[in-house]
Parts: sequence; C-alpha cells; structure tokens
Amino acid sequence: MTDRYDAIVVGAGHNGLVCASLLAKAGKSVLLLEANKQVGGAAITRPFADGYSVSAGAHLLYQLQPEVQKELKLNIKMAADNLSTIVLSANGRHVRYCGDEVSGVRQKDVDSFAEFHQRMTRYADLLRTAFNKPPPRLGTTNKKDLLSLARFGFDVRRLGKIEMREFLRLIGMNIHDELSERFDNPLLKGGLSLDAVLGTHLGPRSPNTIMTYLYRLAGNRGRLALPVGGMGSVSDALAHAARGAGVTIRTNMPVKRIIVENGRATGVETEEGERFSSLTIVSNADPRRTIMKLVGARHVETRFTHRINNIRMRGNAAKLHLALDGLPTIDGLTRKDFGERLLLAVDENHVERAFNPAKYGESSPSPVVEMTFPSFRDESLAPTGKHVMSAIVQYAPYDLKGGWTDTAREEFRQAAIKAIAQYAPDIEQRIIASELLTPVDIEREFHISGGHWHHGELTLDQFLFVRPVAGAAQYQMPLDGLYLCGAGTHPGGGVSGAAGRNAARVILSGGKPV
Amino acid sequence: MSIQEVPQGRLRSPFYSRLQALDTLNTWHEWKGYSSADALYCAETEYFAIRNATGVFDLTPMTKYRISGPDALDYLDRLVTRDMQKIKPGRVAYAVWCDDQGQVIDDGTIFHLREGEYRLCSQERHFAWLTAAAIGFDVSVVVETAEVAALAVQGPTSFTVLSSMGLEGLATLKPFGLRHFEFAGTELMVSRTGYTGDLGYEVWIAAEKAELLWDALFAAGQLHGIRAIGTHALDLARIEAGYLAAFEDFLPADTTVRTGRSRSPFELGLDWLVDFKKPNFNGRKALAEEKRNGSTWRLVKLDIEGNKPAHHAYIYAKEKRNKKEIGFITSAAWSPVCKQNVALGTVRMPHGKTGDTVWVEIFYQREMHWTRVMAKAVVVDKPFWFPPRRSLTPPDPY
Repeated sequence: MTDRYDAIVVGAGHNGLVCASLLAKAGKSVLLLEANKQVGGAAITRPFADGYSVSAGAHLLYQLQPEVQKELKLNIKMAADNLSTIVLSANGRHVRYCGDEVSGVRQKDVDSFAEFHQRMTRYADLLRTAFNKPPPRLGTTNKKDLLSLARFGFDVRRLGKIEMREFLRLIGMNIHDELSERFDNPLLKGGLSLDAVLGTHLGPRSPNTIMTYLYRLAGNRGRLALPVGGMGSVSDALAHAARGAGVTIRTNMPVKRIIVENGRATGVETEEGERFSSLTIVSNADPRRTIMKLVGARHVETRFTHRINNIRMRGNAAKLHLALDGLPTIDGLTRKDFGERLLLAVDENHVERAFNPAKYGESSPSPVVEMTFPSFRDESLAPTGKHVMSAIVQYAPYDLKGGWTDTAREEFRQAAIKAIAQYAPDIEQRIIASELLTPVDIEREFHISGGHWHHGELTLDQFLFVRPVAGAAQYQMPLDGLYLCGAGTHPGGGVSGAAGRNAARVILSGGKPV
Repeated sequence: MSIQEVPQGRLRSPFYSRLQALDTLNTWHEWKGYSSADALYCAETEYFAIRNATGVFDLTPMTKYRISGPDALDYLDRLVTRDMQKIKPGRVAYAVWCDDQGQVIDDGTIFHLREGEYRLCSQERHFAWLTAAAIGFDVSVVVETAEVAALAVQGPTSFTVLSSMGLEGLATLKPFGLRHFEFAGTELMVSRTGYTGDLGYEVWIAAEKAELLWDALFAAGQLHGIRAIGTHALDLARIEAGYLAAFEDFLPADTTVRTGRSRSPFELGLDWLVDFKKPNFNGRKALAEEKRNGSTWRLVKLDIEGNKPAHHAYIYAKEKRNKKEIGFITSAAWSPVCKQNVALGTVRMPHGKTGDTVWVEIFYQREMHWTRVMAKAVVVDKPFWFPPRRSLTPPDPY
C-alpha cells in the first residue's frame, strides 16, 4: 500500500510552499516533497564559506504579494526596507534612485524620472491586477473566462485614451529607446537598463524589455527589501505556515517520476523508489522538467511536447558570492551606502555590449553587476566585522560555447571581480572565499532547467494566456490531475507567491476558471 | 541533330532503366519527387496481371523511415493508435497516426525488422511530424527512401515466382509476416503485404542491387505471367480491396485548412486500429471524446447498380433529390474481377450503416452530352475482393 493524499506538491520552492499551505488550509491532506535538504527552492539562505551565509538564489525581496502574506499570516522581519539603488560612477559621482526620486543627475532628468516612474508604476499596477488571478483562457465560451478577459480589457481601457495608447505602444518596446528619449545621464540609463534585463536573456535593445521592467515594478512598485536572515527566512516563514496548516513536508526526497495510469496522474515515485498516490499532483518544478523528465513525452501529445520543449529558458545570470574580511573602499560612497543596492553599468550601451557575446554563447568579458552587502544590515550572515557580498553578474549564458569548464568559470569570475575592482580597487585583497554559480550550477542546485530564475523567459509570447505555453495557461496540464504552480506559470518568477496562490485557487475550484 | 530530352526535375527510381525498357506509353506522373508510371503498355492488361498472374509495381517512392534506438517501441506506440507491443519482430502492422486532435495524418505499414528496429512506410512524407514526435524519446528516425528499393509482387502466381527465384521457406510466411533472405551477397527482405487485397509480397533491397533483383524476378516469372504495372492498375486493385488512399479518401490532417475536412480513424472505418487499453498515444484524449460524443462522418463501401463508375458523385438518402446530399464518393471503379460497380465514399452520420440503401447521383458523358442517373447503392462491410488465397498459408502454387 502506498500513502494516499488529497494532493502532492512536487518541490518546496516558495510557490510550492504557498500552494501546499493554501490547499491544506482548505482542508486537503497535502504532501510536499523537496529534493534538497532545505525548503525554499531558489529562496534560501545557506553557508558558502566558513562562517559566511548568503541568499544563494534570489537576494532581494520585492515581489511577495500582500495577499499571500495575509492569507498565510506571514510575519517576515526586514533587515532593511525601501532600499535605494546606486549606479556607481568611476569618478565617485554616483546616481541614486528610489521610488520616483533620483539624484546625481541634472534637473531635466530629475523631472523626467518622476514622470517616467509615475507612468511605469501606473502600468505596473495594471499588470498587478492580472498578477493575482489565473489568466483567462482564450478561445473558450466559458463566461468566467470571457468576463475575466473583458475585465482586463476594461482595466486597460480605464487608463484613458492617451495612457492606453501609450501602454500599448510601450508594452512590446525595448527599454533602450524609451530611456534614450527621456534621459541624458548615462549612468541613469545604464541602471534602468540593467533593471529591465536582470535575470533574462535580453539586452536593453531587445524588444519586450519595457515589459520585463514593468514586471519588476508590478509586484510591489519595485520596492526592495532585505529580510533578516536572508531570503531563507521567507521560505522558513512559509514552511512554518505550511506545517501549521497541516502540510507534511519531506525533504531530501527527489521525485523521479510522476506516475500516470489510464491517462491521468495518479501519484509520484521518488528516486529511492517510494511511492505516494494522489489524484492531484502539483509540480513546482519548471514546465519542461515537469513534462519531459517527470511525466515523460509518452504521456502527452506531440505538439504539446514540442511547445514545452521550445519554451525559451536560457539562464544568463550568474551569482557571485564573496566572503570579505571587511567592506571594500568605493570612492564617493558613505559607509551607510553599503546597505543599499549597487549597480555597475556605465551606460545603456555597456549593458547591451555585455549582452552581445551571450547571443553567440560566450560570456561577457566586461559584465554588468547588481551588488548587495547583506551582512551590512544583517550581522547574522558573517562573523563580526566581516562581510558578505552577493551579486548578480550578467551575462553568463547557460549553454556556453565549450561548456562551463573550470577555466571558463575562473575566467568569468575574474571578469566579474575585475568589473567590481574598477570601483572598489581593494576588493581582491579583501576576498577570503568566493563562490560563483553559473546558470549550470543554478540548474544543478535548484533543479531549474536552463538555470533561468523565471522558469522561462518573461516575454510577451510566454506571458499571461500563453504562459507557460498555449493550451496550458491555467495551471492545468493536458493530463488529468496534473497542475503546475511554479514560476513557469502565470505571472512568472520572483519571490511573489502569486503563481502558487493562483494554482491553489484553480485546484480548489476543481479546475474551473476562478 | 538530335533533340534533347527535357529534364523533369524528377528523381529516377533504381528500377527506372528496367521500367523504361518496358514502357510503351510514356505516361508518368510525379510521386513524392519520383517519376512513377501511370501505365506501361495498357492499364487493363496490367490490372489483369495482378488478378490472374503477377503484377510488379515499383514501390521505391514510398517514403521509408528507419526507426531504431532504445525507445523505438515506446515512440511508435505513442505515435500510432494501435498497440505496437503486440507486433513482434518479423511482423508488420498496418497503422494510422493522428495529430493532437485525433485527426488522421496518414496511414502506413510498420515493419518490425529485428528486435527494436523498425521501418515505417507511407505514401506521404512525414519527417517533420516524426521528428516532432521524437522529442523526449531516445530514438533515431532516418529517411531511407532512396537507399531502399522496393517492389510489390502481387497476384496468384507471386508465391511461385518468388519461390522459383530461390527464396526458400517462403511458403510458411503468413500475411503481415516478413523474412530476410540472402540475395546477390546482400539482404533481401520479403514481406507478405500489399495494396491489392490478393496473394502478394513486397520485396525490399539495397538500391544498388535493385536491377539485379528485377532481372532475377522477371527471369523467374517469365513462365508465370509476370508483368510490370503502373499506378492505374494498382489503384483499381486497391479500390476492389477497399484500401484507403491519402488525398483520395481522406486528407492528411496536416494539409487541411478548413475545420471538418480532416478525418478521425473512426470516420475512416479504422476503429479496429484504435486501442484505448494501451498507454497514451497521440490523439487519445480527443478520440476518447469522439468515441463518447459520436463521429461526424462515416466511410462506406458501396455496391452500386449499373456499370457507370460513380466518380465524384454525391450520395443521397432518398432517390428523390429534394433533400440535401448526405455525402460523396471518394474512389470509384467498375471492378472487372467482381463484375460490380464499386466505390468508397464518405457519408454523414448516422447514415451509411451496413445494409443501408443510399442513392448515388452519377453524371457521365456520352458524345459530349451529359447524362445523369440516380443509382441505387448498398452499403457493404466486407472488401469487394477478398479471395481465400490472400491469406492461405502455405499458398497454393499456380
């Protein structure tokens, strides 16, 4: 006899945790299986050197949905909230922005930025209304789908004629053109460009980068926070809520396959051969891994496998973690500024040039960087007086020509440190230990195909009704009893919990539109 | 000065030299890039070779795919609607494959050549589909259309012809069986399959040995009425046998534009090929739904009054043509061997049950002037031509 549950969630990423908790709160018996020894997926805090810990995947919290916090009664303590962004300048004349304010630029750019931010947040708010509900299905005659679609259309229309036209003009556009039209300051343009392309396989001149920028703002208007104890504490809070709701969480339990019998999912089998049965299987894994590895092409249709297999999900962002014996010196920065978010992007062309090699499977010799010193605000992460730097370094393509050999990794690590050293000349002397996670490592550690933190590029062709693919947008896979709840589904990646929550609502409604 | 031949941009089968030597009509058509003869001397005579002696048809343009690899069986079992687990090495399966909506892409034969090694043959080309279907399977799909030459050797004397060519042990080969023989230092594969509904074989060999095979076959067949045949003769034989032809009796689903122009296996009378007991196959969900809700179309075999072939005719439920038509004829012929006016057609459900009488509106031209008859037709369920020798093992010598 195998153990039977009302629902089995495969993968305890933050979305898996949210989904499992909500199902359990609705009275379902839920089993949550996690391959790693720690829950949280890519939102974890773990040691990377003796005495030093870091948020190994996501390192800033900016999208966790209030609905999720409220429904699960989460109480997450922040070490810092509403962080500023500082785009570093080699000569110490840094540009700072936070909310709709910017400094270090001419008055024209200051005014322009306020207007830009206002407009972008208005559009982002519009996207946010779509965030927390399953996207309507297209081509059905179901009233709820049609109503939901009409409401989205109405929300767009409600912007007013001029703003709606602007929204429709901008949504498919690249951020470079918009920034060039508005701003003069190269650092400001560099910083905003980088904001738009972080975690994507896109450059500022790639179409659709306005949308990725809006997506960043959509969660919480782009307000950045650092939880106490790193991102792992968010996952711990979620796990606590899950256990409290009655979810059975089992870690170190990699799932080998989803069992399919008579054309429906009926359970899972772990790598160790243990079987659990349930008529509702929810996968927090990315769509490709779920279908191609866990279910098997055998059990779904040809065109569907084709679509799943062609989801664009080439990770391009590397994580660099440094254990430092002290803060580095950066010209023009006060000590307090190390608690903010630092960007290295000389201008928008720097970001584009960094992206160029990635198109051809090469890593950037002069990468762009998002840097934080989480230990500055949170002493639990490093020994007293010592510090941790956590950086996202782009671009490091997943399918690097020649593969991520030791030489290739060392070369990229050096390039990243060299890029940082241009602003912090003493960085190298301060390094005690370092860790580089290329997309290949991210894939290995967090089990994300392609090492792409959104589980699939966040572009218009993979958004809303067609995320992850056409015909499977409402968390339901075309296999009875199988659901997705991860970042690969609507709305996408980022520690928002929205996908997990939406999935739970669809499952609880018995697969009907909600 | 001699006048140069106009190149047709067509491929020549490895049997081309032999066919050309026999050809007196010079009437060829294009078949998947190859030149294929309509007829070589007289379609009627060629047809009678199939029914009374042995007709030899050049099958080389049939699209052939070699399917192998650890997942070959799983791959094929997901591809086609019938249970491939049951097709052991040395057996051949007639099969259809469907798109995700359960609509037939094509039919064909799958030869289980050796353990885990298959050949799939079809009239049309499907590499794109077969490649898409291979995603997620450890399987290799290789086109071997040009590398493998093939002949259909069909008719009552075909067993005798092949035996006297020295193929020992052919007598025990059952219908839909295949066997490998040694020939001219290479391997000759013989399958007891065909498109004529009669005793017959198909022989398969490496293209470079094609002419040797042809010569040996015709030398052995000389006393047994062997004749090369073209497509017209074969087409008549396949209608008598009730076999479907792509682009005649159905359109491959991937070539249709309008909804409702493709067909499910049920709508083609191929229910027996759809196995819901096996694990998932492509189109299963859609077909299960169709099974529950009923199909739109039904393929019918019609025995029609009179002797005017009902080409392209409308089918009516009543003789009086005041009601809307219920379907149309897709293939029609006067069958010389059955002495029957036969046709395949498509009618809207629930019409066309076995034994039903329907009316076929036949137009025909007599000295330029058109004439119309409403011919009574009966829906039959058995093939028009189904001689016992077709499945007799061992076959009788002739």
